[in-house]
Amino acid sequence: MKVRILIMPKEGLLDPQGRAVTELLTSKGYKIESAKVGKVIEMEVDDSVDIEEIAKKYLVNPLIESYKVEKE
Amino acid sequence: MKFGVCVFPGSNCDYDTYYVIRDVLERDVRFIYHNETDLKDVDVLILPGGFSFGDYVRPGLLASKTALMDAVIDFAHKGGIVLGICNGFQILTEAGLLPGALLPNINGRFICKDVYIRIETNSRILTNKLKKGEALRLPIAHHDGRYYVDDKTLKELEENEQIIFRYADKEGNANGETNPNGSISNIAGICNKEGNVFGMMPHPERASEDVLGNHDGLMLWYSLIS
Repeated sequence: MKVRILIMPKEGLLDPQGRAVTELLTSKGYKIESAKVGKVIEMEVDDSVDIEEIAKKYLVNPLIESYKVEKE
Repeated sequence: MKFGVCVFPGSNCDYDTYYVIRDVLERDVRFIYHNETDLKDVDVLILPGGFSFGDYVRPGLLASKTALMDAVIDFAHKGGIVLGICNGFQILTEAGLLPGALLPNINGRFICKDVYIRIETNSRILTNKLKKGEALRLPIAHHDGRYYVDDKTLKELEENEQIIFRYADKEGNANGETNPNGSISNIAGICNKEGNVFGMMPHPERASEDVLGNHDGLMLWYSLIS
């Protein structure tokens, strides 16, 4: 199965990349309220793999990041 | 006292650190590679700066999951002394040996310059040769040095004298203007509650010889070996 872990900077934390994107698009005349830059980890895995365990134990730092898992 | 300098793929301050220990401090030292697990012959471990595993996913994350770091965690839990510098600090937070996290600098840029840091306590082994309130000039070179921790843990750090350094000016005044990267409460270095694991963003190994124009880092090494 194909799975994606979407990792985002946690709500309330300053995200300099997101701020830079907001500033760029605003300067081009777009009405942007905010932008955030996160990352996607896409994996092809056996159905038996515990994605939540992988996310929590290895890939996500809960102090500074939030995440969600998408399965196809 | 024997030192070990941990080497991960992408470490790049490993030799500078090794050199200072061997040639300036004249102490026994060896490199320890990321797949090693036997730390019986060393007393102090240094996790040097660099870009371990290319900073992939998050700085320090992949290094924190290596066989060597499993051994380092065990070493630290038994009371062994560990100092993480720059990327080493990031590895220690990712490994859970130090609280908090290092986020991208507030200005979104890599910062490479000399800063002043104020000694917040001299009751810890990394600063026992220094005076509280004294300022040292040390170089920083990082993209992800914005120390962050939740309010509750920050309070604990303060109460337990775990904050070792704050970004300050030459006179030791710490405020928003002396904070290069947006770190919470100007924090530049901390230790764990037990006082045997240290993390700092500035590089003392780059400021330990007169020929380099700065030896302010030396007193930290002397404290460590005293």
